[in-house]
Amino acid sequence: MSWLTEPFRHEFMQRALFGCALIGFTNGMLSAFIVLRRLALMADAMAHSLLPGVALALILFGLAPANLFFGALVAALLVGLGVQIISGSSRIKEDTSLGLLFACSFSLGLVLLSLSPARVNVTHYLFGNILGLSDDDLWIIYLISCIVLPLLVAFQRPLLLLMFEPSVAASQGVPVRPLTYMLMGLLVLSMISSLQAVGVVLALGMLIAPAATIYLCSDSFAAMFWGGGIIGMLGSCAGLFVSYWLNLPSGACIVLVLGVIFFAAYLFSPNYGMLSKFLRRHHLHEESLARWRER
Amino acid sequence: MAYHRVPAVHHVSLDLQCGHCVALLGPNGAGKTTFFKAVVGLVPKETGVIIFGGHGKVGADTDIAYLPQRSVIDWDFPVTARGMVEMGRYMRLGIWRRFGKADAQAVDNALRTIGLNDLAERQISALSGGQQQRAFLARSLAQNAHVFLLDEPFTGLDQTAQNLLGETIRSLAAAGNLVIASHHDLKSVPELFDQVIFLNGELIAFGETGEVFNDENISRTYRTRIFSGVHEHHSGPEKST
Repeated sequence: MSWLTEPFRHEFMQRALFGCALIGFTNGMLSAFIVLRRLALMADAMAHSLLPGVALALILFGLAPANLFFGALVAALLVGLGVQIISGSSRIKEDTSLGLLFACSFSLGLVLLSLSPARVNVTHYLFGNILGLSDDDLWIIYLISCIVLPLLVAFQRPLLLLMFEPSVAASQGVPVRPLTYMLMGLLVLSMISSLQAVGVVLALGMLIAPAATIYLCSDSFAAMFWGGGIIGMLGSCAGLFVSYWLNLPSGACIVLVLGVIFFAAYLFSPNYGMLSKFLRRHHLHEESLARWRER
Repeated sequence: MAYHRVPAVHHVSLDLQCGHCVALLGPNGAGKTTFFKAVVGLVPKETGVIIFGGHGKVGADTDIAYLPQRSVIDWDFPVTARGMVEMGRYMRLGIWRRFGKADAQAVDNALRTIGLNDLAERQISALSGGQQQRAFLARSLAQNAHVFLLDEPFTGLDQTAQNLLGETIRSLAAAGNLVIASHHDLKSVPELFDQVIFLNGELIAFGETGEVFNDENISRTYRTRIFSGVHEHHSGPEKST
């Protein structure tokens, strides 16, 4: 068992594991809503748009995590608002304005980072740096989980109604607009927490892979909600171990492990997997052939 | 009701009673869906009131259930027929209360009334079109709704499914509910509905099927009508009722 416990002799690994578990669970739980509401593109754009906020905060206020957190938050809100303004005031559709703003803000982030007086490693923000978590980082991750998880659990019923069909939900009295804004807010918060683990480029992986996996295995929303959290947590921790043992980049390993779990479900899920679909088709063919022969 | 200040539905004044099956007839773009959405509060009314159960109705109400067209629903959603019916109870429970025995009982009753208890554990895309419509009706029943607004419930159903759904909505009306369904197949109106609303931007006619369902009202409703943006009756700024 020493291969399992050995990594924990290092304090940075203990921190990283704690961070991974929290970030994985929070993002995994949220992923049910991203997948069902088809917000993947939106989430990706928002993740990328965190970068200029981080960079600007770095230049103006220095490297403290709290500064970076507020910078990212403001950047995400500005880009979200910009998307609404551009698509609302011109004939440009929402996905186009989203794509445009995301590319521009990401580029702006890269330029700002290169101008930063402090010597920063850009790859930490692009691909994550979970092994370098400070106490402040851990506190931010913990506080974000303390906000996101209880809100998701408390509002899961009205959110489920909203996911299923917004107009029916509204007719039942679900406050559709405030709930949508809340969901966006929670999305930004949990993305900021995953910034440390996997970075802005890979954040989307943690935000969709867990629920997409369960979506192929179950017809229950509750399974997607809780199962997404559990898969997110276990997958992230497993990715961390893999990166430690094989000495590979941690963010990429986390997303790859989640991807492997997804593809396993895609192939072998008993309900909606490719293999069972193929076998069922074969089975149906045999049955109809037998019926035909009986005649 | 108006979209971008162009009136979509206006001059509609109706007195509907519970216990009836009402057809909402009109060509495409006549404002049938808008009419429903205004009743449940999804589209703001420019002017006008809805009096429901003796009091003015503001916003959403669990007494009124709206069933959208089948095409707007994501039928791959991870939920079984029972799960969908359970959703009808959610707003009654609020945020903290548990889904209790009384709720489970209400869901069972709704499924039994609609005749779907054998299919309750199926994922909703594994139901046929008619069964999907009836599952939605069961959800509204579990919600304790008394008014059912159905947007084109018969579209895409074969004859057997149509008969079964027709039977279901008539029995809902017989039990004291009000069912209003937008409908396209004029041939089946007399057998399915006992009252008819003719709508084309404004109310053309409303009454018992035997009295108002005639060639004159049909041709008045379905004639080609292009709205120029200038209201015929008013010279002042556009306003819809």
